[in-house]
Amino acid sequence: MAPVTSERDLRLDLFRGIALWLIFLDHIPSNAVSWITIRNYGFSDATEIFVFISGYTAAFVYGRAMHQHGFIVASARVLKRAWQIYVAHVFLFAIYLAEIAYVAHSFDNPLFTEEMGVLDFLKNPDVTIFQALILKFKPVNMDVLPLYIVLLLWFPPMLWLLLRSPSFALIGSAVIYALTWWFDWSIPAYPSGNWVFNPFAWQLLFVFGAWCALGGAQRLSRWVNSRIVIGIAAAYLLFAFCIAMTWYFPRLAVFVPHFVSEAIYPIDKTNLDVLRIVHFLSLAVITVWFVPRDRPVLKSKVFWPAIVCGQHSLETFCLGVFLAFAGHFVFTEVSNRLLTHIIVSVVGIAIMVGAAAMLSWYKRVERQGPGPRPPVTKPGYAGGDA
Amino acid sequence: MTGRVLLSLALLALAGAALAEMPGTCQVAETQIERDFALPHVMRAIAARQLDILVVGAGSSSLPGPNGAKNAYPERLQSALAEQLPGVIVKVTTDVKSRRTAAQMVKNLAPVLAAAKPALMVWQTGTVDAMQSIDIDQFKAALDRGIDIAHGAGADVVLINAQYSPRTESMIALGTYAEIMRWVALQQEVPVFDRFSIMKLWADLGTFDLYSATKKLDMAEQVHDCIGRLLGKLVIESAKPEEPHAEGGRLE
Repeated sequence: MAPVTSERDLRLDLFRGIALWLIFLDHIPSNAVSWITIRNYGFSDATEIFVFISGYTAAFVYGRAMHQHGFIVASARVLKRAWQIYVAHVFLFAIYLAEIAYVAHSFDNPLFTEEMGVLDFLKNPDVTIFQALILKFKPVNMDVLPLYIVLLLWFPPMLWLLLRSPSFALIGSAVIYALTWWFDWSIPAYPSGNWVFNPFAWQLLFVFGAWCALGGAQRLSRWVNSRIVIGIAAAYLLFAFCIAMTWYFPRLAVFVPHFVSEAIYPIDKTNLDVLRIVHFLSLAVITVWFVPRDRPVLKSKVFWPAIVCGQHSLETFCLGVFLAFAGHFVFTEVSNRLLTHIIVSVVGIAIMVGAAAMLSWYKRVERQGPGPRPPVTKPGYAGGDA
Repeated sequence: MTGRVLLSLALLALAGAALAEMPGTCQVAETQIERDFALPHVMRAIAARQLDILVVGAGSSSLPGPNGAKNAYPERLQSALAEQLPGVIVKVTTDVKSRRTAAQMVKNLAPVLAAAKPALMVWQTGTVDAMQSIDIDQFKAALDRGIDIAHGAGADVVLINAQYSPRTESMIALGTYAEIMRWVALQQEVPVFDRFSIMKLWADLGTFDLYSATKKLDMAEQVHDCIGRLLGKLVIESAKPEEPHAEGGRLE
């Protein structure tokens, strides 16, 4: 079966771009501006959007490659992408090391003697760096790329199956998710504990995105557009919103019946709690209803900054992680006032947009430039990256 | 978080003069202290005029230096309670050692409790678990076990979560662990002293400059003094006899 859609859906780039901005805002510790991000108003956050859309675009791009050039060539491309992400992750780790090494020798306060112990691993850089290279040691907020790497490593056989029997592949993915919950499957981390994002659980969202890209979305469209489903989705979002409010205003917690809190807590992000999946799906249903695919407004300049970021997701994501480090550095070294938070957030997003725009321009120039032309119909580069 | 700050400020304005006894610096966080669950053993101990408290904790329950023990929050708690409870003999003992996870503290909890025979165990934990990214399920299990042991030994429990440490925020993911503590406390019906939110509020309002790099102890001592006082307030609030028509619906 061939991939159904031919033109890239701009909504994917738009929402992935927005998700990248939200991840950036959430990754700056104590950032006051992060109260605008969706994680504060429900169960799921930008990670779900990012993983789902990454699955969707990966299937869109590599599905066509597998269809046209076969399993081996498409797999090789997927693995090349995984390698690029790995290199990006290691690069970010180097920046992280520099930041904390600075903190280690410049900061001292008797109130935080215990907390400063976290820098002890700098005493054994050999062990730490090795563990980081094998993706077992992962600094705070650097968990998404390793997840992405594992999901891509596993993607070629999954894609092969998705192209032959999409339903079977999706059911298989759901079974792995269920078994993960049943048997507590996980990947160990260093120095202890497990991966913050369990790939065995999160693959479900990635595969679901891929399944949607390969015709699933069209099969679901009758359901997604039904008034009943939209109603249920809206009701669930409202429910999640009310629960989320009790996190910030503990006084409201008395209105949550005991059996409800018993049933929903703790909401497990590591293993992609069902509550989070349903919340993401509800958001998706409402979004698709508000923004149909053919909306001309998607081509307007207003959405261009987010779309261009979404089209260069890996670069923008990495830049966002770096900018989050830098932003935190500004908070600790320069000023921690609300105005600083707003400036850092706005400037950070502007830098992300600027860098993405430059990459677009660069790619365009490379394609038209003099000298030996790269193949014009390079599959996979039709409208951005996977 | 900002919502919380705004709410606290609004309540602070309303509460106004009612907050007279607390030093100004601590006051701003007083609205964070709320009675969630009762402490029946403490209530009885106060009635019997002898209140023994055991503080079990890691490094952030102590201060360095020769006067460290005197100025750290456990001893500050003792003086705050003695002041507020005239006629009651208040004694706070500690089992505090740096770099201990919840599970490590639980290991020798039974003998420590047997020796101290407290009416209340104040349990500060979560920081080291977050630093070592201990498995969430193991952390939760350790909390449950510790609370059960304390209850079995006839002591109430108050949990204290991690400090808000802005400089190390990009290195220690405290959020998940604080959340698990809140959840376990809710299930076990024990109060949580939300040290993280209180210190965050101080940092946001500029009460204490938690970013400052210094070897001096003055700010650390003030912070511990405030924590001791606020903790004392939580203990007293939670040990008050229940009013027949209590406003909070959570006290079923």
